[in-house]
Amino acid sequence: MARLLDVIREDLELTGTKEGCGEGECGACSVILNGKLVNSCLVPAVQAEGAELRTIEGVASDEQLHSVQESFLHCGGAQCGICTPGMVMAAVDLLKRCPHPDEAQIRDGLAGNLCRCTGYGKIVDSVAQAAERAIQVAEESRS
Amino acid sequence: MRGQVPGCTVHTPTTLIGALEILFAEKGAWRPLAGGTDLMVLFAAGVLPFSRFLNLWGLDELRGIETTSDSVSLGALTTYAEIRTHPLIAAELPNLVQSAWVTGAMAIQNRGTLAGNIANGSPAADTPPSLLAYGAEVQLQSLAGSRWVPYENFHTGYKQTVMLPEELITRIRVWRPKGDNFHFFRKVGTRKAQAISKVCLAAYARAEEGRVAEFRLGMGSVAPVPMRALTTEMLVQGQAIEELDGQFIAGAKLALMEDIRPIDDIRSTASYRRKVSANVLGQLLEEMVERFKRA
Repeated sequence: MARLLDVIREDLELTGTKEGCGEGECGACSVILNGKLVNSCLVPAVQAEGAELRTIEGVASDEQLHSVQESFLHCGGAQCGICTPGMVMAAVDLLKRCPHPDEAQIRDGLAGNLCRCTGYGKIVDSVAQAAERAIQVAEESRS
Repeated sequence: MRGQVPGCTVHTPTTLIGALEILFAEKGAWRPLAGGTDLMVLFAAGVLPFSRFLNLWGLDELRGIETTSDSVSLGALTTYAEIRTHPLIAAELPNLVQSAWVTGAMAIQNRGTLAGNIANGSPAADTPPSLLAYGAEVQLQSLAGSRWVPYENFHTGYKQTVMLPEELITRIRVWRPKGDNFHFFRKVGTRKAQAISKVCLAAYARAEEGRVAEFRLGMGSVAPVPMRALTTEMLVQGQAIEELDGQFIAGAKLALMEDIRPIDDIRSTASYRRKVSANVLGQLLEEMVERFKRA
């Protein structure tokens, strides 16, 4: 029974999605399947047939980084980088469900993604900044 | 960690009847597969003693939360995320929302299902205490027909259930609370997120004319199966709220320590589980008294 993660990395050769624990604990393999954040290591590939799949490769558009990616760069939200694709996917999912999260909501949204480098502070800052920037952009486009 | 993964067969029925026919034709040969959050872990580790899977994920007949004036009925494939965000469940059955909230994190909650949580049979699962507290019932269906089983009778031993090999869980039903009621849920784990329970406790109480008219206490991780603490329930039920003082609560805590059957394992010890269960019960009863006196 192939896992969605195997299809993404080995068949589609999209290696931005990482395998960490392989048992749904660490979130390194997070992708968005039919609009929902999932651990691709726990999804049987057969259940993704016909589904819309968004991996880290599909977060930036052309040369323009997503606001979450920009803020991870700006705030130092990435260190070794192995958790970062999954962290970004979880953050993108959170901001879609909850565009103005407080710190507790950010921590809840990222609760399934483990990082062993940063201590999470700068990751939380990154997501908070991405949310603020999205609000600014929306206000600028209105004015 | 990835183990040696055996070859396997996955069959995807397109209707519930189609699924039941396969289970009936080859009893015990097919393992139902829903969101995969439990099975895929064991499968990838190469330790799952099954090689034929019946993929239920696409069966819309097993989805949807239906409400009537008396009950809430959750399709077997209802996910934790759907429970978390359902306004009526949040308003009337808050323990269910809390137990969904503390099961894994968002990526698990989008895939894990209520029936999967039950059928997997783990005594450490977090929705069972809430289902026990609310007196839930489980609908089991086979080609021969369907039956409703009180959830408190569903688990017969460690990872053993009353389900026949040809049956599937189709719905879980909970009655909507009436009157002046109180809800309490507490999971005790190593961390707030992504930890499996050392102890999980959910309670539902209803007060009438100054007495505790109904009191149910569901517990996880303290016995081979999710269990109701029946001796403790009987002590509390019928009591005048005025009489639920410190001395009474101390007695109830002792009763609960006798009610449960915890073990030492990788997550905790039996003595810690007894102690923390009693302390959480104390907190629960104090909050309940305060709540009912306020009403």
